[in-house]
Amino acid sequence: MKLHSKDILGMKELTPGEILLILDTADSFAEVSTRDIKKVPTLRGKTIINLFYEASTRTRTSFELAAKRLSADSINISTSTSSVVKGETLIDTARTLEAMNPDIVVIRHSASGAPHLIARMVRHSVINGGDGFHEHPTQALLDMLTIRRRKGSLKGLEVAIIGDIAHSRVAHSNIHGLTRMGCRVTVCGPAPMIPRDVEQLGVSVTCNMEEAVRNRDVVMMLRIQFERHRASFPSIREYAKFYCLNEERLALANPGALVMHPGPINRGTEIAPDIADGMQSVILEQVTNGIAVRMALLYLLSGGSP
Amino acid sequence: MNKVVMDGEEIERSITRIAYEILEKNRGADALIVIGIRTGGVFLASRLRDKISAIEKREIPFGILDVTFYRDDVTKMDNKPKPGRTDIPFSIDGKKVVLVDDVLFTGRTIRAAMDALIDFGRPKMIQLAVLVDRGHRELPIWPDYTGLDLPSSLWENVKVHLFERTGKDQVVIEEEG
Repeated sequence: MKLHSKDILGMKELTPGEILLILDTADSFAEVSTRDIKKVPTLRGKTIINLFYEASTRTRTSFELAAKRLSADSINISTSTSSVVKGETLIDTARTLEAMNPDIVVIRHSASGAPHLIARMVRHSVINGGDGFHEHPTQALLDMLTIRRRKGSLKGLEVAIIGDIAHSRVAHSNIHGLTRMGCRVTVCGPAPMIPRDVEQLGVSVTCNMEEAVRNRDVVMMLRIQFERHRASFPSIREYAKFYCLNEERLALANPGALVMHPGPINRGTEIAPDIADGMQSVILEQVTNGIAVRMALLYLLSGGSP
Repeated sequence: MNKVVMDGEEIERSITRIAYEILEKNRGADALIVIGIRTGGVFLASRLRDKISAIEKREIPFGILDVTFYRDDVTKMDNKPKPGRTDIPFSIDGKKVVLVDDVLFTGRTIRAAMDALIDFGRPKMIQLAVLVDRGHRELPIWPDYTGLDLPSSLWENVKVHLFERTGKDQVVIEEEG
């Protein structure tokens, strides 16, 4: 069993069979993180570089722990302390890193398509750690693993994705992934935050949150991407009034519906604190499963012939 | 050409004999743990555990070990083996672990299994039980309990079929080609 490409650039590029392979592999890797000694020798001698052009706590930490638990060597480069501040271009940085013979480079960049550009130029594997508004495939995979471990299967589940759909790479990756695996997906948000023609990706659209939540098995909330709204955000209070997941709204969902959020959460804006910390919330499980998914990807991409 | 070298009854008798040998060598079942190596060793280990538990009239702990993470060849492979779940829900510190596999061949799986076990704790000792020892070792590893010594040639394939997986109990030699 293998992935068809040397890179993981987006959910759009993955087949259902590949998604299944990644999730099954991640299921086995999850056990390693529950041990006293959280380390296996599988990727000894492999080098993994995390090249992050945007702020990140959980994704970068998660990739770093995944690499370390597989005994690979991992290096973090954050651009504020690198030669990027001296004016080096993305391509020059990528070529320089390639000359140091890494096996896998994880790239996060504010420009959509940056990891794809690099992947075409280098021999090593590239994993997209989030590019602009485009994709964040490892987040979608860890979301799918979390849902599958709770619900047993993805097929036929009703999933609502609510918030700033247009600016959310998490939403885009989940739409591609979840629809591919047989979920019925509804996206919801204020009209300016819904991308035009999003229906063509096979999802339903509504601007009414009650309608979006009613009879869902999974309610996935998104963070308002304040940093991507250059013009000032109209009104946080108004947004929260219509789109904050609170107790009354969650009660409309199916019993036992999962509440998800990719983090970091804005408490009281898109999700009420008692819901974020409540019985139905799997927000912290998402974080735990993120390490397993990233271990699986590093494992599946490492070695062999390029 | 397939040749049956063990039938269901013979497999059953081997497991019974190995169960008594384990109890004899360890003077009972104190601190004994049975761990099956995925995938071939799991059902054998479970039968062996049931047999020992029945003789001793108490439950012997049973675990499952997947050695994929510890193999010495995975990073060289394009088609990665799909790792299975390891399930050892108890401490192995100070315990006598009986590792169980279906066929002992090069010994590399057992090397990986021992490395994996030691990451779980410090067992008092590790013993090895196999249904078939087909020879051709590449590492200095020897079984403590063997169902059948089967000198084989390298172009033959020794397959253990168990009821739990394939619906029948049988050990066969398959010739390639």
